[in-house]
Amino acid sequence: MQFMLLFSRQGKLRLQKWYVPLSDKEKKKITRELVQTVLARKPKMCSFLEWRDLKIVYKRYASLYFCCAIEDQDNELITLEIIHRYVELLDKYFGSVCELDIIFNFEKAYFILDEFLLGGEVQETSKKNVLKAIEQADLLQEKTEYVSQQEVLWV
Amino acid sequence: MVLPSLKLQDLIEQIRGAKTQAQEREVIQKECAHIRASFRDGDPLHRHRQLAKLLYVHMLGYPAHFGQMECLKLIASTRFTDKRVGYLGAMLLLDERQDAHLLITNSIKNDMSQGVPAVQGLALCTLSTMGSAEMCRDLASEVEKLLLQPSPYVRKKAVLTAVHMIRKVPELSSIFLPPCTQLLRERHHGILLGTVTLITELCERSPAALKHFRKMVPQLVQILRTLVTTGYSKEHSISGISDPFLQVQILRLLRILGRNHDESSDAMNDLLAQVATNTDTSRNAGNAVLFETVMTIMDIRSAAGLRVLAVNILGRFLLNSDKNIRYVALTSLLRLVQSDHSAVQRHRPTVVECLQEPDASLSRRALELSLALVNSSNVRAMMQELQTFLSSCPPDLRADCASGILLAAERFAPNKRWHIDTILRVLTMAGIYVRDDAVANLIQLIGGAQELHAYSVRRLYSALAEDISQQPTVQVATWCIGEYGDLLWEGSCEESEPLQVEEEEVLTLLERVLQSHLSLPATRGYALTALMKLSTRLRGDNNRIRQVVSVYGSCLDVELQQRAVEYNALFRKYDHMRAAILEKMPVVEPSGPQADEEAKESGEAVPSPSEPQASKLMDLLDLLDGSSGEAQQLPPMAPSPEDSLVHLLDLPCDPPAPAPIPNLRVFEREGLQINLSFVRPPETPSLLLITVTATNTSGGDVTHFICQAAVPKSFQLQLQPPSGDTVPAQGGLPMTQLLRILNPNKAPLRLKLRLTYTHFGQSVQEIFEVNNLPVETWQ
Repeated sequence: MQFMLLFSRQGKLRLQKWYVPLSDKEKKKITRELVQTVLARKPKMCSFLEWRDLKIVYKRYASLYFCCAIEDQDNELITLEIIHRYVELLDKYFGSVCELDIIFNFEKAYFILDEFLLGGEVQETSKKNVLKAIEQADLLQEKTEYVSQQEVLWV
Repeated sequence: MVLPSLKLQDLIEQIRGAKTQAQEREVIQKECAHIRASFRDGDPLHRHRQLAKLLYVHMLGYPAHFGQMECLKLIASTRFTDKRVGYLGAMLLLDERQDAHLLITNSIKNDMSQGVPAVQGLALCTLSTMGSAEMCRDLASEVEKLLLQPSPYVRKKAVLTAVHMIRKVPELSSIFLPPCTQLLRERHHGILLGTVTLITELCERSPAALKHFRKMVPQLVQILRTLVTTGYSKEHSISGISDPFLQVQILRLLRILGRNHDESSDAMNDLLAQVATNTDTSRNAGNAVLFETVMTIMDIRSAAGLRVLAVNILGRFLLNSDKNIRYVALTSLLRLVQSDHSAVQRHRPTVVECLQEPDASLSRRALELSLALVNSSNVRAMMQELQTFLSSCPPDLRADCASGILLAAERFAPNKRWHIDTILRVLTMAGIYVRDDAVANLIQLIGGAQELHAYSVRRLYSALAEDISQQPTVQVATWCIGEYGDLLWEGSCEESEPLQVEEEEVLTLLERVLQSHLSLPATRGYALTALMKLSTRLRGDNNRIRQVVSVYGSCLDVELQQRAVEYNALFRKYDHMRAAILEKMPVVEPSGPQADEEAKESGEAVPSPSEPQASKLMDLLDLLDGSSGEAQQLPPMAPSPEDSLVHLLDLPCDPPAPAPIPNLRVFEREGLQINLSFVRPPETPSLLLITVTATNTSGGDVTHFICQAAVPKSFQLQLQPPSGDTVPAQGGLPMTQLLRILNPNKAPLRLKLRLTYTHFGQSVQEIFEVNNLPVETWQ
């Protein structure tokens, strides 16, 4: 996978994960054009389109578009499964996830994605393991914050 | 003064509450100022919060480069919270094009070697997302160590980081190849998946690696078989399919290993057949695996039966109610249509049905595939379908559809008439979408099909009479009427319904085209030229045409004006040449440069029909004593129509007319007379134009008349095809033929003629040299 974008129906970016090195300017240009192209698609159209020399796989969940750019030899149908698995993970983590969750907790969305995909490839196929990893990281974060808070109080 | 800074959530709420873009910018600028201040001298404990806010702002599109250093500081901190946000910031803000990114290399190294697994994970994740080639080189050995770490959490990440490193620095393959054998024995799905990905990457980059890993085909087959046959494992399954991600990845690797390698292909044959037949296709996950299986089967050296099975699976996909599956099927079939044509042909009816898809990306795929499936046996039926599609398809597909149909028609047309009909129909339906050379192609096609001249001109006349707006059709029709107008009112045609056309009607129609505001300038040019040509084909007089032509002498369009002026000159001063110039055109060579059609009137080199003539000319030339011993090939002069037009007709209104060269009667026998008339255009001193005119005052027709000529070696000779091969009796329409002779050396002209014909039932051959050639013909 070359990149994944999440954006709302008004075209506002909610998450961007780039697995190829591009300048900020190029990323903005690509984002703008791709968002326009995908938003222009009618609801009944298929989830795949060709754009530049990439294959784009996108799916809409409620008010959010999940959009992945894959290469020529990649399997479009399994990419749909990747998108779906990510949504399931978010759903499990946030409990009935909606766009607002992703807006207000965007770092968490990134953390979850980073436990599922690595370098553009799937790293863990067990939902349970991904969620466990996040849980443990969250726990670790709380512990250190608690400790440091304690320090402050003590002083 | 340090204002209390907002919490991330509050900031987000404030930004979202902004009613206008300007308001939003204000809020953000204020907050960025705070963040900057806090970075400078704020509490390090809250730094991660500031960076998080900055990252949010960055996602909205605002500049955030001043946070880069903070990422470094946070990564270097010992607190997990800091590292988490710091690494996230690094992935979002640090760019491998800037040197700053190298500064985190050390932190990553430390975290990988000394951190707890969660921290190691962060480091590996960051490295695999934005690690530059330099970083990869520096950290390769650290990653290699982590491949042996006890924690599967870390190992699976290390493997995928290795994949990234190889992509960036292929030489690192040597480090990461050896561990693969061990890693492939893992049971952890994540590590297995990463390993298969790693092996795939290694094999794609190095033939040596490919050879090495082919030995593992049996092992891979076993892993896949276990996956497929073990029962439902909730943890890794989707819709009852065991770990489809892993299955797809293994299938992909098998594809690479089996390609062009019989042994490996054999080893996986059975398994592929098993997966292909047993995978549940009710949900997308199963179809994803099936799709990958089909791709693998088609790419390796699989048994014929398996290939057919694979294509049939794709055929079934075409009937699936899920659009995505249909799309994937169409794209795959398109890839296979060259190599497995007959297998794909079996699904042609379904493909044609897919043309009706409302989704444009599907119908486009279906169109491409349909065009690829056209062959000589199904061409008629397919063209029918495609033309129906053309009439109703969305505009952005029309151009491709039209050109596709025309190309297919060219390749597989069963006969010329069908071909002409098809092109005509396409032009009528989608005239504006066809490529520019479609008009030229059709004209050439019609020109070459002599038996269809009458048919074509009738059809085109009817089409034109109905509708003068479709420019390509109008252009072809006017050209045709100009060339073959005489067939409209003279002959009858069995192939189409009887059509009674008056000369006046035709002229009216052409004038309409000329005057219509719908006509492009090019079309007008066609129409004017057609009118001019008709001046020699009409039975009546030319007054109407003369009038039109003289009117257009003052037309504002420069092209039309030039033509009209030249045609006027033709009427006035060069009337005796008009018939020769406006003769029927020779067949246009398809491979020659297709220059402007109208300009080809006055005659081109005709390479192919003159080949038989050339050999006979060689005979003739042998008879010429002295000067020539060598055969002289007819020079295939590249059509330079503008030149010829210029030479003949590039005359200002009152040219200083050169003294006309007297005509010469060169032959007479039993009422058949041959006259030569000469023209030396002033601009081209080396050019001599000879018009051979054959008249017949006898009581019997002269038929099968062929005239050939020969000149000495230093000359260049071109013969136009004659106006006909029959010189009717009793002073009927004379036959004319144009000869072009180039005499750059101004050598004395010698000319030999050879005539063959049938007269009064007898065949006659005469060869003679032309005597008494006027000196003006060559001096």
